[in-house]
Amino acid sequence: MSVLAQSTGTPFFRWDWVTSHTDDIWAATVEHLQLTGLAVGSGLVVAIGLAVVSRRWRPLYGPLTAASGLLYTIPSLAAFALLVPLFGFTRITATIALASYTLLILLRNTVAGLDAVPAEVREAAVGMGYTPVRQFFEVELPLALPVIVAGVRIATVTVVGLVTVTALIGMGGLGAFILNGIRRSIAFPTEIIVGTVASVLLAAILDLILLGVERSLTPWAARR
Amino acid sequence: MNELGFWERLGDWLTDSATWSGDGGLLQLTLDHIWVSVLATAVAVAIAAPPALWLAHRRRGRFAATALANIGRAVPSFGIIVIAAVVFIRAGGSARFWPLVIALVALAIPPIFTNAYTAVTEVDRATVEAALGMGHTEREVLRHVELPLATPLILEGVRLAFIQVIATATLGAVVSSGGGLGRPIVDGFATYRSGGDVKLVGGALMVALLTIVADRAFAGAERLFVPDGVRRLFPDVGEPLDVSTV
Repeated sequence: MSVLAQSTGTPFFRWDWVTSHTDDIWAATVEHLQLTGLAVGSGLVVAIGLAVVSRRWRPLYGPLTAASGLLYTIPSLAAFALLVPLFGFTRITATIALASYTLLILLRNTVAGLDAVPAEVREAAVGMGYTPVRQFFEVELPLALPVIVAGVRIATVTVVGLVTVTALIGMGGLGAFILNGIRRSIAFPTEIIVGTVASVLLAAILDLILLGVERSLTPWAARR
Repeated sequence: MNELGFWERLGDWLTDSATWSGDGGLLQLTLDHIWVSVLATAVAVAIAAPPALWLAHRRRGRFAATALANIGRAVPSFGIIVIAAVVFIRAGGSARFWPLVIALVALAIPPIFTNAYTAVTEVDRATVEAALGMGHTEREVLRHVELPLATPLILEGVRLAFIQVIATATLGAVVSSGGGLGRPIVDGFATYRSGGDVKLVGGALMVALLTIVADRAFAGAERLFVPDGVRRLFPDVGEPLDVSTV
């Protein structure tokens, strides 16, 4: 036991570090949430815009999903690297790169959700004298919301994990702990584990919250 | 600080033979990157596919399949790669190759397992019953009926995993000298103000190109592996990945 302690130096996990750094962990969690919110929020706005465009001009849907598929394929680290010369080590760089990952999921779900709105409902809205804009925001979008929120759940959980990589461009939220932990002269596993586990917990909590939102939007769906 | 503009310096860097050749050259890094990614994906398929197919055939473990997909999405790959490296270093090993492979295998298992599972459970029940009625054994049903019909979706899962593995392998450069094409990116960040910006963008372009080529190549290979009759049932094999179902 003592030999093991000598050969490995520091212990693998130190609770006292966690308890003495609660403020730092909280601040990093808040930053993590902000970066996630910015990315998913702007991704959603763009995706809804693209969904409207591809429903208006159907032939564009294929190329638009292919383009967002391409963005999804590009590694996050490469996306950050390509954006840094343009926007520097800023939140703009982080937001654009992270939002580009959400586009494929959000675009598909938004289009699927809007497509699923029954034609009779649309006709009823037209008959009641809704303008196209009001019809979209007050009839079609609310009915499509459950499917859109299902996409937002997947996008959010994915982005929470990817935010850790923004540590390499000077942000990172909880990912900063992971990077700091490896950059110390002797790697400090406690910090790395705290960053990773907290990120997983954050993703799980957000997933549950969004699941609640999804259910509350579909009160007619059967409960299991 | 530099007399030449960014694009000229990028052009110079990309056309300099020293950039490409030798031990840390882009060619070597690209080969390293492909090797580590193919190995990790292959090991993950070997581990994840057999239990997924059998469990799906027996209609068991649906909860496990969903949970694995969710956990796989939530775990930050950056953290897993760093933890694997630290565990190896503390055990007295090197962080260069194996910890990266192990971390990548762990990350590739969820999408492969979940897609293979879903693929088999989505095979039409009537088809399976017809096969059983014709006297096929359970094993034959899985091998000759469910597996061919499930192939397109299974391969989509493998492709998704492969692309994620290539993307994630770049992060290996943060913790060690491994990580293939992540190397110029990480070095580029470190020396950004002193001319590293060229390395950064050049490396990023290479990784982006590699993932896109790998994705298209895999999509092409999918068409070859899917039996003709089955392909007619799945006209969009090789199209952009349906990430929302995985």
